[in-house]
Amino acid sequence: MMKNLFSVIALVASSWAMAAGPAVHLDKAPIDLTDKASLQNGARLFQNYCLGCHQMQYQRYSRTFSDLGIPEEIGMENLMFTGEKVGDHITNNMSAKDGEKWFGATPPDLTNVARVRGPNWLYTYLRSFYADPSRPFGVNNDVFPLVGMPHVLQELQGVPYKAYETRLVDGASKEVYVGIKTDGSGELSAEEYDRAVADLVNYLEYVGEPTKLEARALGIKVMVFLLIFFVLAYLLKKEYWKDVH
Amino acid sequence: MFKNLMSWIEYRLPFMDKMNLHVMQYPAPKNFNFWYFFGSLAMLVLVNQILTGIWLTMNYVPSAEGAFASVEYIMRDVDYGWLLRYMHSTGASAFFVVVYLHMLRGMMYGSYQKPRELLWIFGMLIFLVLMAEAFMGYLLPWGQMSFWGAQVIIGIFGTIPFIGEDLTLWIRGDYVISGATLNRFFALHVIALPLVLVILVFLHIMALHEVGSNNPDGIDIKKDNDGTVEQTEADKKFTFHQYFTRGGKKVIVDAIPFHPYYTVKDLLGVAGFLLIFAWVIFFFPEGGGYFLEAPNFEPANALKTPAHIAPVWYFTPFYAILRAIPHPFMGAVAMFAAILAIALLPWLDRGKVRSLRYRSGLHTANLINFCISFVALGVLGVLPAEGVYTLLAQIFSFTYFGFFILLWFYSKNEKTKPLPVRLT
Repeated sequence: MMKNLFSVIALVASSWAMAAGPAVHLDKAPIDLTDKASLQNGARLFQNYCLGCHQMQYQRYSRTFSDLGIPEEIGMENLMFTGEKVGDHITNNMSAKDGEKWFGATPPDLTNVARVRGPNWLYTYLRSFYADPSRPFGVNNDVFPLVGMPHVLQELQGVPYKAYETRLVDGASKEVYVGIKTDGSGELSAEEYDRAVADLVNYLEYVGEPTKLEARALGIKVMVFLLIFFVLAYLLKKEYWKDVH
Repeated sequence: MFKNLMSWIEYRLPFMDKMNLHVMQYPAPKNFNFWYFFGSLAMLVLVNQILTGIWLTMNYVPSAEGAFASVEYIMRDVDYGWLLRYMHSTGASAFFVVVYLHMLRGMMYGSYQKPRELLWIFGMLIFLVLMAEAFMGYLLPWGQMSFWGAQVIIGIFGTIPFIGEDLTLWIRGDYVISGATLNRFFALHVIALPLVLVILVFLHIMALHEVGSNNPDGIDIKKDNDGTVEQTEADKKFTFHQYFTRGGKKVIVDAIPFHPYYTVKDLLGVAGFLLIFAWVIFFFPEGGGYFLEAPNFEPANALKTPAHIAPVWYFTPFYAILRAIPHPFMGAVAMFAAILAIALLPWLDRGKVRSLRYRSGLHTANLINFCISFVALGVLGVLPAEGVYTLLAQIFSFTYFGFFILLWFYSKNEKTKPLPVRLT
């Protein structure tokens, strides 16, 4: 009876852990919202590689510029391409209908994508494309199988492919999957590419909740105030309750 | 001059007299413990929800086209809009935390027993309205979970035989959840239900002050003045409103005036609560995905079902009972029965001793069984209903209802400990 109970608990615990995480292992994204250089590079990458298809329809250019410490003139010159005003939202001109026609599904808005998917998912996803000639854009993705999105960062990463090595396993030589490698045609090395993706994800994380740093800074002050309030409330209570026996 | 004005008002509206009656000269048992913080905290959270709600309404757009964008507008463009929104969303979860603990307190110390049955009923009505309020509020951000969560919960009404389909149509105001549903939920969420809630809270407190507060010992502090009651020096120190002594027919012992003793003590509770509340708001506003669910950061899409639909955590114990029963309508019946059973506690519990301090070990064990069942069902309600989870949900639904059935049987001739004469 007890043995059965334990096996049920073990089963629940293990399947719970599985339910909590997706099937693919996700790498931890090195998020640092205080790293302005990283965020600025992320914004640059987003404007150049993502905005063509994905909007940030709830985020304004001016917000990105002021939060990331980008002077308005420099931002307008380098990060705004189609003559919007600085107070405008970060949008493109691709209609949802066209998007669906071209990619099979409308490319989602990315303002909140880091809150929907989580930064680790994004970080792993953007580093998990691999060549697959059977797909319309010639690439597939391990994190999001059969994804309709082309590998837009290919000019940075090079053409990624799934690499196998012949290894001796239990006395027999076998082909073992060793990860995604590239043909070296990209502008960046493998480390540089990881860093670039990290910057982009860092920026997406920031846009998901632009008030996060402000909230933390204010939060510390509020907690200090409340701690003092708690101590004073305790002393006040003690003083009043002296005459209750 | 001021004194004259005050007595002029007092003659026409006895404000000071009512303040004395309910606050300054209200006799509260002197032995309230930790568990007695949650009543005043529920009031605090109610005020928080109303105030932050008013300010959110100033920028929220109640339409299928504008709702999601207006919430993002509040989060990004309104000064401290993010703070208002997080205070409101975290406040909803906090409301259920304090209300569940408040209810547990009542169960531990038998606060529902005679003569507090009506007080308990008002409390249960508050709980029902609160659930409706939270459910309708959750649709308003018009995110994926708002939409699909509402779909599931409205679907529960659809399981009622004969009238179910028409009833869901009547609730939605459309054949699907749409802008029409959003608009009526908005109306109910911001005015109708809060109004009912405030009236019920008023009645809850009036009923409480009429019968007086229970306490961890579960014995009366108002004794019949038959000449046998001995008042200590401490008892004679305070003046209580003559209403409570019923013109000398009652003697009040072991009581202290609500103000200042419990106002300062509750202030300490408020400080402790706010420390945790602020910690969540400023550092973990999503509450690990339980207070704000990740799919809800995506706008509602009727064509895209989320991989896993789970109601917000405070509904999950009842949701788990619903899913545990294989028949949809019987599941819905079981779910409502689970709430009704709590409301019927004053009559299901036939014991004469209130507090678990002086009740049998069996009762304590049974109450622990209830707590474990409730929490386990809450966990199971978040998980997908498959395989062993369904079996576990069935087991814990059984033990949940078992608490009430067992209670009815053993409480009549329960072996209890002798009650103290005075508060300990």
